[in-house]
Amino acid sequence: MADDILRIRTPIGIDYTWSSGPGSVGYMRGLENGKLLGRRCPVCELVYFPPRNGVCPRCGVLLADEVEVGPRGTITTFCVVNVPFLGQTIKIPYVAATILLDGADIGMQHLIQECEAADVRMGMRVEPVWRDKSLWTPSLENIMYYKPSDEPDADFDVYARHL
Amino acid sequence: MAPLRLFYPYDRTVGSTVGRFLTSLANKKIEGTRGLDGIVHVPPAEFDPATGAPLTEWVVVGNAGEVLTWSWQPEPFADNTLQQPFAWALIRLDGADTPMLHAVRVGSEKDMASGMRVRAVWADEPTPSITTIMCFEPEHGHG
Ligand SMILES: [Zn+2]
Repeated sequence: MADDILRIRTPIGIDYTWSSGPGSVGYMRGLENGKLLGRRCPVCELVYFPPRNGVCPRCGVLLADEVEVGPRGTITTFCVVNVPFLGQTIKIPYVAATILLDGADIGMQHLIQECEAADVRMGMRVEPVWRDKSLWTPSLENIMYYKPSDEPDADFDVYARHL
Repeated sequence: MAPLRLFYPYDRTVGSTVGRFLTSLANKKIEGTRGLDGIVHVPPAEFDPATGAPLTEWVVVGNAGEVLTWSWQPEPFADNTLQQPFAWALIRLDGADTPMLHAVRVGSEKDMASGMRVRAVWADEPTPSITTIMCFEPEHGHG
């Protein structure tokens, strides 16, 4: 007799072939080579990273110049995850943060590691920890996480309009 | 162009009803539950569809049954148990009142018909899922 079945794994996945469109090609090629490439709006001059579909949502115009941003950045806001959940792969408590990369005008989400959750703060300076180069793909997953860069905290003015 | 895989690694408890159904399958036995109106549900219903009352009476049904309706899958997906063209069929097992969806292995679409009899083919190794029944095949070797 087989043992009683109490729980099951039901992984589910969908495989897409994603057409990046002209707006994201530079971004993805950049990641493939360890560079963070955003794009600047020719009207409002904000730098978007990722540049998404290549259009400034404020001005409705195509983004123009490619701009290298980061790799370091400033934590604008963050969330400490204390809740264990099924399938969790990261040891709690851990921090998910919005990071304003140097030279970018929108924040991006990433994981913070190599420091106590309690030490994470607004304005903290962080730098990326990259996966081994042999594993790089055209994806932001090439960066495993961000860690403190041990620089002095950024002034509030740096990220005040990104909260 | 780039590959993009959306993936959720779900791991879940099955509860007493589905748990018993899957455990029985692993022992090559197909079971359903009897509704308050006497209807035998296979796969088992946890609650009576009409009244919502929990269902606790179990009924063993046959490993064979009748195809009520079907459609043809000309090209299998990677995770289908059959890696050849096959039919999806609603199969009412002997002793059951509700039909169950499963794959039917036949040579071609011409071998499928509503009303045909099919029998379960068990997987070599039980899995904790409906794919412990690998597929169904025509009974008595004809379609
Ligand atoms: Zn703009």
